[in-house]
Amino acid sequence: MDVKNSPRYLYWLFCQFELITCSYLMEPWEKVLFYSFNLAMLGLLLYTTYVCVAFQASSAFQFTCARVSIENKTPKNVKIQSLLFS
Amino acid sequence: WLNSAGSSFCSVVGDAEHIPDHRINHIIHNGGLYKRPFNEAFEETPMLVAVLTYVGYGVLTLFGYLRDFMRQWKIEKCQNATEREEQKDFVPLYQDFENFYNRNLYMRIRDSWNRPICSVPGAKVDMMERVSHDYNWTFTYTGRVIKDIINMGSYNYLGFAQKTGPCQEAAAKVLSQYGAGVCSTRQEMGNLDKHEELEKLVARFLGVESAMAYGMGFATNSMNIPALVGKGCLILSDELNHASLVLGARLSGATIRIFKHNNMQSLEKLLKDAIVHGQPRTRRPWKKILILVEGIYSMEGSIVRLPEVIALKKKYKSYLYLDEAHSIGALGPSGRGVVDYFGLNPEDVDVMMGTFTKSFGAAGGYIGGKKELIDYLRTYSHSAAYATSMSPPVVEQIITSVKCIMGEDGTTIGRARVQQLAENTRYFRRRLKEMGFIIYGNEDSPVVPLMLYMPAKIGAFGREMLKRNIGVVVVGFPATPIIESRARFCLSAAHTKEMLDTVSLSSCLPSAHAC
Repeated sequence: MDVKNSPRYLYWLFCQFELITCSYLMEPWEKVLFYSFNLAMLGLLLYTTYVCVAFQASSAFQFTCARVSIENKTPKNVKIQSLLFS
Repeated sequence: WLNSAGSSFCSVVGDAEHIPDHRINHIIHNGGLYKRPFNEAFEETPMLVAVLTYVGYGVLTLFGYLRDFMRQWKIEKCQNATEREEQKDFVPLYQDFENFYNRNLYMRIRDSWNRPICSVPGAKVDMMERVSHDYNWTFTYTGRVIKDIINMGSYNYLGFAQKTGPCQEAAAKVLSQYGAGVCSTRQEMGNLDKHEELEKLVARFLGVESAMAYGMGFATNSMNIPALVGKGCLILSDELNHASLVLGARLSGATIRIFKHNNMQSLEKLLKDAIVHGQPRTRRPWKKILILVEGIYSMEGSIVRLPEVIALKKKYKSYLYLDEAHSIGALGPSGRGVVDYFGLNPEDVDVMMGTFTKSFGAAGGYIGGKKELIDYLRTYSHSAAYATSMSPPVVEQIITSVKCIMGEDGTTIGRARVQQLAENTRYFRRRLKEMGFIIYGNEDSPVVPLMLYMPAKIGAFGREMLKRNIGVVVVGFPATPIIESRARFCLSAAHTKEMLDTVSLSSCLPSAHAC
């Protein structure tokens, strides 16, 4: 797996990115513009993901915590009787 | 009737499964039109590659609009052609797609084309080094010469582009006898005995009654088709025909109908409609129906389905014009072109046209056919009446090379070269396919188009191959459809196996490590 993480492989991936998005052909100031636009979009996307997913995750966590605490509050003998009769 | 005879077993189109050899032999010996397997493939563009290509073009278009905006508002210096200030209120001249493409996409990768070479274009060539300091708007020569670049771009199929050897010696001798210029047209004072000798030799080489040679291959097509057909005639032309054939067809004034590339069902349908319905308004029968095809199509690397075309031509009583620009000398066991490759009778083709530029290392074109046809062309062709005839050293180069290919100079060099080219073709195509590239065209054609698709890869491939001392021709829009850009290799009998190995290994690297 070292070949996947080696700097050569990452450089190759970067070259493929440059060829596909045609930033290989751009002048340096165009490249700066293009990369900054891309990074800004990526940053926005990550932030939105963080906010959305964090909200969903926290609400899901709270729901499971409440469920577990309801389970804990019922007395044990009631539980054993319900098990015996089922 | 052609559905059962021709296309069911012969072509391998797309990702169809390969028919095993023993089955092909049984099918072919069962009395079909083809005496050998016809393997042609045009693999479909993968969906991901097509999407990414459009993404690349989208990004470049956006930046093109940005640059045009900056040029208009004088933020950036405008270096391309524009209208003058006084003409700005008139109809704009440079706003169509072609000019937009030219300014914003072509200029970025322009250094891959028009490279100046300074030696004979054999298997290896010398090139003058060029740099650009303003992103390809202007070039300057550094003065250095890059030596021994492997030449994969010249049409040098049999390796006759040499500065030493029997061809060059004979041409030098004729140059000292006749000089270089002819100073007249063919019909006036420019008909030399060398031209007569050449024409008899070419007629013998092709297996036709008579032939005529012209000074320029493009002019042979564009000036002789108008002499053969006129108004009231029908021309059925392949989709991907060369510009010279298209120009000749348009200049003639005949009605032109296009059939799909190498598609015999499409051609048959057009022929049936032409015979049944006749001319558009008056319903009269067409005076002549001429089918224009090429032997090898140089952008696709495909070979025409000649047995089927000849069968159709005979059935519907039309005429066939075969342009063997790339296939003469390059195909066939004795190098006599696509007719020899399929083992057909040369008299079945009404007009056999070809050029001397590609396999013979000279310049010019010829037309071969029946004696009445050639005598008619000698009088009525524009090229014979107005164009200067061929220069004598060039004629001698062609005579010597044709004799060499036929074996009449007493050696087997010609035969060996034809066989070496066939071997090189199969080896190179197999190597590139094994490496996983998409290669278009027929297995036996020495023109090898390697698909690149993305616009940045066009420029990157050309530049990286030059860095590794290999010269290739890359092709993009408008010579090909916009997403199907390619690199075109032209193999030669002069290439050695080591050169082909170097080229195929190096072509892996640019797509892997270009930057």
